[in-house]
Amino acid sequence: MAANDHFFATAGGHRTSSRAIGNQILSILCIGLAGATLIPLVSILFLVVKKGLPLLNLDLFRQLPPAAGSLGGGLGNAMLGTLLMVGIALVIATPVGVLAAIYVNEYSPTSKLANAVRFVAKLLTGIPSIICGVFAYAVIVLPDGPIVQLCKALGIPFEGGFSAWAGGFALAILILPTIILTSEQALIGVSKAYREASYGLGATTFQTIWRIVLPDALPAIMTGVMLAVARAAGETAPLIFTALFSWFWAQSLTEPTASLSVLIYNFSTLPYEHQINMAWTASLVLVILVTIANVTAQLVFRKK
Amino acid sequence: MPNTMETDVTRPAGTPQAPSTPKSDFIKVSGFNFFYGKKQALFDINMEIPERQVTAFIGPSGCGKSTLLRNFNRMNDLIDGTRHEGDITIGGRSIYDPKIEIISLRRSIGMVFQKSNPFPKSIYENIVYSLRIAGQRNRRVLDEAVERSLRGAALWDEVKDRLNESALGLSGGQMQRLCIARAIANNPEVLLMDEPCSALDPIATAKVEELIHALKKDFTIVIVTHNMQQATRCSDHTAFFYLGKLIEFDATQKIFSNPSQKKTEDYITGRFG
Repeated sequence: MAANDHFFATAGGHRTSSRAIGNQILSILCIGLAGATLIPLVSILFLVVKKGLPLLNLDLFRQLPPAAGSLGGGLGNAMLGTLLMVGIALVIATPVGVLAAIYVNEYSPTSKLANAVRFVAKLLTGIPSIICGVFAYAVIVLPDGPIVQLCKALGIPFEGGFSAWAGGFALAILILPTIILTSEQALIGVSKAYREASYGLGATTFQTIWRIVLPDALPAIMTGVMLAVARAAGETAPLIFTALFSWFWAQSLTEPTASLSVLIYNFSTLPYEHQINMAWTASLVLVILVTIANVTAQLVFRKK
Repeated sequence: MPNTMETDVTRPAGTPQAPSTPKSDFIKVSGFNFFYGKKQALFDINMEIPERQVTAFIGPSGCGKSTLLRNFNRMNDLIDGTRHEGDITIGGRSIYDPKIEIISLRRSIGMVFQKSNPFPKSIYENIVYSLRIAGQRNRRVLDEAVERSLRGAALWDEVKDRLNESALGLSGGQMQRLCIARAIANNPEVLLMDEPCSALDPIATAKVEELIHALKKDFTIVIVTHNMQQATRCSDHTAFFYLGKLIEFDATQKIFSNPSQKKTEDYITGRFG
């Protein structure tokens, strides 16, 4: 024991005590701060559930929002609008983003174009969403916007103005960088050995991507897409500039369209208690929708 | 013993041969230089690899043996900034002939890699991959190829009842034999093996070596190996590479019993490497 004392200082030993105490303090600090990060997240959830739950019922899905000052009503058109516009955004951004990622990672990883795509995508992930809204407003809402002019030239009956198309377009621009970058990461994650085996057996680049690389990368790509959905579903600023709001059911994709996020924004600023409570319920519905999308993505596309 | 393998084979002697007679220069490398960017990896390689025999490439790491092997099916084309000088012909045709499609070249040359790399698909789909990408849809042809290749790779009896299960459930040795089966499914003429046993245990290694011995009646086999016992056990000819140069190329028995170059002798007796 005497020999041991010589080599190993005991806990109270004076050589290591200051270091041991320092270690303890840092550990406690880390645990404490990790716990503290849960406070805002849990508080938000708690508040949304507490305030949103009283008005949550199945009628919400079927009824239109209550006009200012009146009671009852629902969120049906706003839920539909959010689903429509997120859907449009996905239909535009997923193929473009995944194909861009395929070009960047599979065809020409070191080319100038690939580096430019990566750089711009990283830059755009940090762009304020309101800028996407203003951009989409200039491009697809104003009657002299380039996309409106293009449709006119091609004979497509689209005259601009606030619409679900414009809302979906703005959200697509917003989520495109996320989809490109997460898809690129997904493709990078596919083992190089699979590609070598495929090329070695005489496959073309396209066959290798289509039959080997994409199936293997799909779970990770879909996870990225679902993260994008979660982001798009909650955005307000881009939709205020593009889809605006509507008190009625959408009759077409070319008219102003309601969305949960804009409804929350509108209702929470009204001086009526019922409308404010409705905004809380809409928040709860939005949180539930995003959670469902995330959990589904995790379960369905989880890698075996 | 290597010399008994040697006597099995009729060596052509420069006289006109019937088409079925194996050619002594089935793969012919002439004045071949190869560069990764500015770095030269191979220097003036000249060699003739005989048909339907096993040729082993040995040498210390970084000597260029894998680089040369990967040029035979132009896998190095996938790496940016590589270039070559000189020529390689297989079966009398230049592999760099602009008229040759690179994918048809690779289709006629099977390749087995150091680390077994079955696709995350079923055993069946792994084997028929090369047929499917060539547009083959006939179920009977595919079934036939699966059985023939798996029998060829001595794997049929072990997996015939679970062809639709994932290939990733096989043992390491089985996976490597599956990769060999996949490589021969399309009836290639040449089989390239890049250290095929380096990740296998001795029993699995013995099985793959037996397989190499059995396959050489149908395929011209080139194998890169770090294991000199393996070269003596399963090859007819051995090429020794050092620092990107071909130092010596001869019958395996000659290389390992009486090499003509001092460098070769130093390497095989373990004085460096």
